[in-house]
Order: sequence, then C-alpha cells, then structure tokens
Amino acid sequence: MTVVRDPALAADARRERRFFLSLSLPALFIVGLAAILPILWIIRQSFLTTGGEYTVGNYQKVLSSGLTWSALVTTLELSLGTLAACILLGTPLALALASVRPRVANVLMAFVMLPLWTSILVRTYGWLVLLRRDGLINAALTGSGLTAEPLSLVYNFTGTLIGMVHYMLPLFLLPVYAAMRDIDPNLIRAAASMGATLRQVIRTVIMPLSAGGIFSGSIIVLIYAIGFFITPAVLGGGKVNPLSTRIERTLSTFQDWGSASVLGILLLVLMALIGVMLLAARRLVAQNTVEASHA
Amino acid sequence: MKSLAITIESVHKAYGSYVALDDVSLDIQAGEFLTLLGPSGSGKTTLLMALAGFVRPDSGKLLLGDRDITRLPPNKRDIGIVFQNYALFPHMNVLANVAYPLVLRKVPRAEARQRALDTLARVKLDGLAERNVAALSGGQRQRVALARAIVFEPRVMLMDEPLSALDKNLRETMQYEIRRLHDHLRITTIYVTHDQREALIMSDRIAVMNSGRIQQIDTPQRIYDRPSTRFVAEFMGEANIVAPGSARRIDGAEASRETLMIRAESFHLDAKLVGGDGVALEGILRAKAFRGENWLLTLALDGGQEVLVCIPAALAGGCAELAAGQRMTAYAPAAKVHAIPGAMA
Repeated sequence: MTVVRDPALAADARRERRFFLSLSLPALFIVGLAAILPILWIIRQSFLTTGGEYTVGNYQKVLSSGLTWSALVTTLELSLGTLAACILLGTPLALALASVRPRVANVLMAFVMLPLWTSILVRTYGWLVLLRRDGLINAALTGSGLTAEPLSLVYNFTGTLIGMVHYMLPLFLLPVYAAMRDIDPNLIRAAASMGATLRQVIRTVIMPLSAGGIFSGSIIVLIYAIGFFITPAVLGGGKVNPLSTRIERTLSTFQDWGSASVLGILLLVLMALIGVMLLAARRLVAQNTVEASHA
Repeated sequence: MKSLAITIESVHKAYGSYVALDDVSLDIQAGEFLTLLGPSGSGKTTLLMALAGFVRPDSGKLLLGDRDITRLPPNKRDIGIVFQNYALFPHMNVLANVAYPLVLRKVPRAEARQRALDTLARVKLDGLAERNVAALSGGQRQRVALARAIVFEPRVMLMDEPLSALDKNLRETMQYEIRRLHDHLRITTIYVTHDQREALIMSDRIAVMNSGRIQQIDTPQRIYDRPSTRFVAEFMGEANIVAPGSARRIDGAEASRETLMIRAESFHLDAKLVGGDGVALEGILRAKAFRGENWLLTLALDGGQEVLVCIPAALAGGCAELAAGQRMTAYAPAAKVHAIPGAMA
C-alpha cells in the first residue's frame, strides 16, 4: 500500500534537517580556514623555489639529507618511547583510580590533572631545575650516596622523554580511566565468583574492555608527540632533534620555506601512516578478543 | 556432585551507623532451595554478597559444609552466582561466556566446549552458542547467566533477583524453569527476591528479612498462613490485622482477645460456608472493585478499622449488586484466623 505523503509535512522535515546541518557551518568554516587552507598552502610552498618558481628540488634536497632521516628516527623514538611509558605507567594508574572509592579517586584525579593547568613552558623549565647536573634530583642521589657521579638526566634523550611523558600522561590517563570506570563491577565479581584470580580478571575482563580507552589514549599521545616542539627544544639541549625542531631550524636559520614545507608534509604523512596502523591493530584486537578469552 | 549445607552464624555488618545485617544466623540444608525475601534495604542482598565473598562481615562465621569460608576470597569459594543484571561478558560470545569458568579451571578446550554446549542445551539455548551477547533478548541473557553459573558444577548457587528485569509472563516461565533445574541438579540454592509470589512459588523454605534481621523462616505455606509477626503477615499478601475485640464468634462464644490476622481471600459472605467456630466482621461497605478473578471489597468496621475482603468471582454472585454505604458482614473460618503472637494492633 502506498501512502500519499503530504508535501507540506515533507518540506517541514527537510527544513528541520537543513537547520541542524547549518549548525555545523561555523565550525566547518574555521576548520577550512585554519587547517585545510594552510595545508594546501604548505603543499604549494613545497614545490616552489625561494624565487617562486616551480621545482621538485626541495624534495630532492630534504629527502637526500641524512639530517632528515635522523630527525625522522628521533621523532619515532620519542613518540613511541612516550607512548610506551604512558601505557606502562598510565594503565596501572588508571586501574588503581578506577578501583578506589569515587571520593578518593576524585582527589587523586585532581593531582593528575593539576599539571594540565600549568603552562607547558613553565613545566619544562621546572624539569630543567630538577634534572640538571646540580639539580634537586642529582643532589639527592649523590648526597645520599646512591650514585657517585651525578647522572646526565637532561639535555639529552632521557630528559626529553621525561618531559614529554609528564605532559602526555594525563592525556593518556583520561580515556583509559573513563573506559575502566565504565566497566560494570558485577562483571569483575562474576569473573571472581567463577574462580578468576585478580590477575585473570585483569587479563580476561578489564584489559579487553578497556582496550578502546587505551586505543584512544594512544592516538592522543601519538598525535601530540609526533609534532612536539617545546620539550625537545628545551630539555634536548640541541642534541635531540625530531622533525619539529628541524622545521624550526630550517625556517629560523635558513628561511627555507620550501624545505620546511617538505618536512611538514613528511610529518603529516607520518601521522597518517601511524593512524592507519593503529586502526588496523584495533581491528585485529577486536577480532581476537573472543578467541583470546577462549584460550 | 555433592551439594553442601550452608551455615550462617551470627553475621553482623554495619555501614557507619546503618546496620545492614543484625546478628543473622541461618542454616540451609544441602540441596535446599531457600529464598531470602524482603523489601529493599532489608539486608537480603548484603547477606548474599557476604556469602559470595564480596561483602566482608564485621563479625560472624560462614560455613560451606564443614568448611569455614568467612575469610576465603570469592574466587576460592566455588559458588555459582546469577546476578541481577546478568553480568555477561560483552566482549565474549555466548559460548565463551559459558565456557569461561571451565577455561579458568584449565579444562581441555574440546571438553570445555562440549560441556558449555551441553549446559546451553539444558537451559534451552541450543543453536545460540556463537551469538553475540548483545544480540540476545532479556530472557536469553538470563539463561546464559544461569548456564554460566551451573556449568562448573558449583556446590552452592546464589541468585540475586535474577528475574526482576523480565516482563511478567517470561518471569513466570523462568520461575518454573529455575525450580525444575534445581529439582534436577539439587544444588543448594539461595535465592533473593522482593516478590512474595515468586518466593512462594519457588522455595522449599522462605526467610523473610526486614531491617537486617530474619523475621521468620519456614515453608511457604506456613509463612503465608501462620506469620509470626505483623511485618511478615503484611508483606506476604493482602492481610488484615484485626484488633482484639473487633471480631465476634459466629456461634456467640467468647471471641479471642488476641490480635488476629485474616487474609482478604479467607472471607465468605455466606455464614453457612463457615463453621460456628468461625469469626464474623461487621461493618459498612466503603468501596468495591472488580479485579477479574475476584472482587475486592473494603469494609469499614465499627471501630473505624478498614478490612479488605476478597471474594472469588465464581462465588461472588451478589457482589455486583452491593452498594457502597450498605451494612454487611464478612465471615472467616476458624482455620484461616491466625493469632499473631505478641503483636500489638
């Protein structure tokens, strides 16, 4: 049976849909202006000489330079190192926060979030004070006789990693904590009643059910880490040079917009590659969950 | 497989100043189906969770058979539990959920699979083994939860309001099925509910709880017909608590000086259907309501107290003609008049 639709009512429905779509226009406009246009501009720049003529020379120059590839390796090392530290430190912390009483969890959460309210520059220089050869940590270590020599904790990879992990940990923690808090406590009780030890509960129930949160946290960490600039610049002491500091150097020292643009595009491609890999990993995990719980 | 008796000895649990369990003692025989019945906040779920090991009592003792389990962690107690919201693992399919306790016990894969499938067949879920838990109906989830709780052959089973989320018809079907399953397996079962009908239908014995105490523990019939306290009388159904002196004997003998409990459905409107040792209550008809299988009459006694009288529709020839405000008498046979010991009306 066909129903004759009232054109006036159909028009109302269309108008309603159009109104809600139009709400997204300001955001689309800003994104277009602030993200898409500059990217297109950078792509154009990467094909121009300083004189403004078309060239692929920028790509040849940048991709044949050893500095680029070592910067790429440093970027990957810093990003994956930060991610690994966040997973190793953040996952147990999130589990602890999700297990304590809500009031205690809120207090602890405030401590975790506090650094987020502080300027990243202030925090980075704060680490400098702590980690220097004559800084607080080395003073404590040598003073107590734990180490004979002060450790080199800053102006190197270690210092950069410490600073980056400090910045990223809360960002990683939030989605993981939210995912764990959402797990029905009865699921954990049910698993225990069927004989699961705490370790088995974590492995077969808590981890599979917080995989989504760990995945989101990992994406956030990688997005921030790949382009991270201030921390490597301050705590790296010129010895840690990921793509971000290389871009800055190319611009400030050589005013080479073409090469800087190529480096920027490299960063973008790297981000896209990691994104695709993570999505594939996520799909694999989801497929294997049922199987794994069986084993 | 042998099921075990459960002994609860003076278990006490308080949260701050709120006493959830007030010195509760209870013996459950091996193979028995016992229901903890009470309103919310009566302590029935707390008692169940204490047995499961998720609530640590302040004092007291819990025994399974001869074994003291008071300080045993939940995963060592070997108790099957069915939770109110089923607590099925959303990241596992039906088979994986049911096989889970077997996998934990290192049962070989093929055997675990076979036992899980057999148990699924027992709860009538054949063919759904590979289904995602999210794709199941409420009743099917309930059955999966049941299968998962019995698959590892626990010697004791705890059920926390397992049917409360189901609609009425399904709930009634499941009541009979759970009871049939129990008759077959004979696992000692403690069942928690706030639904008195469910408790009456399913249980060997019922323990009625209120304010952290067990008010009465007895067979369903005795709990219903011979409540030991006013709370039990009123919780178990439409009970009239008649003050001393309001009822008179039909044969004119001296009436009881005790507080009486008469269930609404015990009344007749015809004195001839009740023996001379029965009681008569006289008053004014306040209201009447037709409820399908019966009529419910509200009678205001001369003392002002209101009494509910329930007359089966098949016997209620004259009920339709009764008019509010008219004077009438309701009769109850002596066997259905129960004096509540020590109760004050």
